Amino acid sequence: MKTHAVAEILGLRAAAGSIPEEFTGVYAGDLLSRAMSHVTEGDLWITIMSNVNVIAVASLTEAAAVILAEGVTMDPEVLAAAEAKGICVLMCDKTVYEICRDIASTAS
Amino acid sequence: MSENVTFHFDVDGENFSSAGEASVLVKKKLRQLGFSPEIIRRVSIAMYEGEINMVIHANGGSADVTVTDEDIVITLADKGPGIPDVSLAMQEGFSTARDNIRALGFGAGMGLPNMKKYTDTMEIDTVLGVGTTITMTVKHK
Repeated sequence: MKTHAVAEILGLRAAAGSIPEEFTGVYAGDLLSRAMSHVTEGDLWITIMSNVNVIAVASLTEAAAVILAEGVTMDPEVLAAAEAKGICVLMCDKTVYEICRDIASTAS
Repeated sequence: MSENVTFHFDVDGENFSSAGEASVLVKKKLRQLGFSPEIIRRVSIAMYEGEINMVIHANGGSADVTVTDEDIVITLADKGPGIPDVSLAMQEGFSTARDNIRALGFGAGMGLPNMKKYTDTMEIDTVLGVGTTITMTVKHK
């Protein structure tokens, strides 16, 4: 699926990396073990977690991007780790529910 | 492959910023060796969970990965407190992680269950007050 329309409707801002052209699926959740086993390659992973372990999980699962919901920000050193690992981090002011809803309605 | 390929890593205790580094490196190596994404995913998840467990519960330890003709063997060894009740620890959702660890997104009680789920065999050798060694294999043939 193309990310462009989704990025526009959600007002996504890239904090690290650049918005990927495409994504294959979506996972929303904050517990890392759950994310680790459910995020698959090319997914957008929506979370409110912003510590450095999010970057490790995104890297291992090869998520297309991490979307930080509810205006959550990431510390500069975590963003630096994301850049170093080639992980795209996007910020969004909407809630996890609103993000999922908007992606679903845009993608369908 | 005629000879086994081995990797060794020291896992830092209480260092959550570098936790997962060994798993990311192993993933890269396995990709270079030409393994399928599914095999690599299973090894990565199992090893990441094990690594995190050693950081959270055991003040670190060591991780060794051996690639043989038939399987990938992951051995995680620590000198932590040991696991008092293995069958309880194996239950999804059971966790003894402290609140500050949970605040980081860990402590879902999915670590050991995920390790078992994504590997073909898993053996836990644990002695209270001495440490725990977990050996997992993922068959690739």
